Amino acid sequence: MTLTDTTVATRRNRRRASSFAASVLRFAVTVVTTIFGLLLVTFFIGRVVPIDPVLAIVGDRAPAHLYERTRIELGLNLPLYQQFWIYSKQALSGDLGTSVLTSNPVLEDIKRVFPATMELATIGTLIGAILGIPLGVLAAVKRGSVADQIVRVIGLIGYSVPIFWLGLLALVLFYAQLRWVAFPGRVDIVYEYSFSPQTGFYLLDAAMQGQWDVVGDLFRHIALPGALLGYFSLAYISRMTRSFMLNELSQEYIVAARAKGLSEARIIWFHALRNAAVPLVTVIALSYANLLEGSVLTETIFSWPGLGLYITNSLQNADMNAVLGGTLVIGSVFVGINIFSDLLYRTLDPRTRSR
Amino acid sequence: MSIPEIALKPYSRAWLLSDRPASRQQARLGRAYIIWRRFAENRLALVGLGILILLLVVAALADVLAPYDPVVGDLRNARLLPPGTAGYLLGTDDQGRDILSRLIYGSRLTLLVVVLVAIIAAPIGLIVGTASGYAGGWLDAVLMRITDIFLAFPKLVLALALVAALGPGIENAILAIAVTSWPPYARIARAETLTFRNSEFIAAVKLMGASPLRIIIRHVMPLCLSSLIVRVTLDMAGIILTAAGLGFLGLGAQPPLPEWGAMIASGRRFILDQWWVAAMPGVAILVVSLGFNLLGDGLRDALDPKEAGQ
Repeated sequence: MTLTDTTVATRRNRRRASSFAASVLRFAVTVVTTIFGLLLVTFFIGRVVPIDPVLAIVGDRAPAHLYERTRIELGLNLPLYQQFWIYSKQALSGDLGTSVLTSNPVLEDIKRVFPATMELATIGTLIGAILGIPLGVLAAVKRGSVADQIVRVIGLIGYSVPIFWLGLLALVLFYAQLRWVAFPGRVDIVYEYSFSPQTGFYLLDAAMQGQWDVVGDLFRHIALPGALLGYFSLAYISRMTRSFMLNELSQEYIVAARAKGLSEARIIWFHALRNAAVPLVTVIALSYANLLEGSVLTETIFSWPGLGLYITNSLQNADMNAVLGGTLVIGSVFVGINIFSDLLYRTLDPRTRSR
Repeated sequence: MSIPEIALKPYSRAWLLSDRPASRQQARLGRAYIIWRRFAENRLALVGLGILILLLVVAALADVLAPYDPVVGDLRNARLLPPGTAGYLLGTDDQGRDILSRLIYGSRLTLLVVVLVAIIAAPIGLIVGTASGYAGGWLDAVLMRITDIFLAFPKLVLALALVAALGPGIENAILAIAVTSWPPYARIARAETLTFRNSEFIAAVKLMGASPLRIIIRHVMPLCLSSLIVRVTLDMAGIILTAAGLGFLGLGAQPPLPEWGAMIASGRRFILDQWWVAAMPGVAILVVSLGFNLLGDGLRDALDPKEAGQ
């Protein structure tokens, strides 16, 4: 009897291990094909550009032999699949080409500007989560009430308003009229020399160096764009929280908890929200990814020196290497966040592991 | 005990709600009526519908409604007049053009974008999704991989890169938005297809000798339509916002076209003193995308009761 028990157990373990291996393999295949696809798409976009890259270098008065030599040097005489192979190899080893505008390697530029975007997206997501989750819970608990309707309308407007327009109006009101916030940009020019950031996350750097006047100035700069992105994040998070909470509140364990005589607040905040928290983590991660995208327009309004502004500036100057490099990086970060939230979901929710 | 036949007055409420429809037409109308009643219970959804009907009317009658030419302004007398100036309800821009007239003509561009993107993206998604879900196997794997790749890009950024490559202009903006819009539709169509791929009516049609193509087109696609329509309607707001964003960055409709996003961009320079130049088009964008969102929410509740309230 013990023998059969152990064999059953070993068999089960083996099956579990093989299913785990299979899921890891499937996962790896997904990641590899997605990255391959990202490269393929950016490569393709780069090839359909009507600008002739050779002419851009040699000028249109160059003799034919010079034109031909440059074409060969650039590898444009090779068949497309070989060009793609070279492009992939370079991109994966971190060579995204040189920016025409800044004449730096594109990756260097992106490394420099990306922390600014992350800082902004982090503040936005924080605001969105801190305000959005309680609002969503409130809407779910008071379903159909005035409060629910208000939360719904706030969310709907968030989904419908053009972010760049709202940003412009906010600047007129809070900067030009009320003088509550600072001029667009990331830090006052006064601090440009006294403050030397280390990590690129200015708020963190200034706080660690104890330069509290700089921290205050940074806050006056990030407040408006952060709040704006926070509003968009709030619209999404509150809507999803409401729907998850409605789902949880209709479950039987809530009835059981009520029957036990637990207080309503305890049921809502400890029992229901805890179960809703698992999918919410995914939503917050996705919202962060969305803000990276939303930052493109926000950064142009607030002259925020992040990846979004970098991409739009490069666009305006037909700097395709920079545009495609930026696109590739944002795409990869998107994929990364999706994978991360998926893994987090699996770790947090035991039900997804049992099978 | 047989229920006596009562001759119902055709097209009356009782006729529509009859549980024993005498003709296919009666059954269809009855179903549409029930959906309409469920939809009409939702006041906000009706507001959304009203906004969109208004948009259609304004776009259709732009020539009649607009008091001035949308492109040629009165540079001498009417530059940057504030809203409420006699004859210029919403004020004028730096070229002396009436903002109201530009907004009215701009509604045509907004409709153009929305309709074209829907016409391009929805069928692509429908075909990819149903084919993938019905066929299964390697075709499913390949098509879904491709879909995932496009989903991996943030929409606006991919559209930006595409327009940068193709060159600015409203046609290219529409194309770029369509290319970034179809993957969710494919996902939805596939999910719907999977739910009834193995159901009996499909088996019955198969037994009667229908080809896979016929099954997909005649039997699978119609059943995917309602969830697809809901999703497309909900996406419209996002499409309008993306188009406006591209216009704002100078990559969409080119001046002097009265595209709302581009109008905001041109008003940006005077935002501190002549706020209305940039503010008015934004209100138009907000109202129209709010209309689509309200309508989409209402449609989802009416067509898909299991998701209602979520």
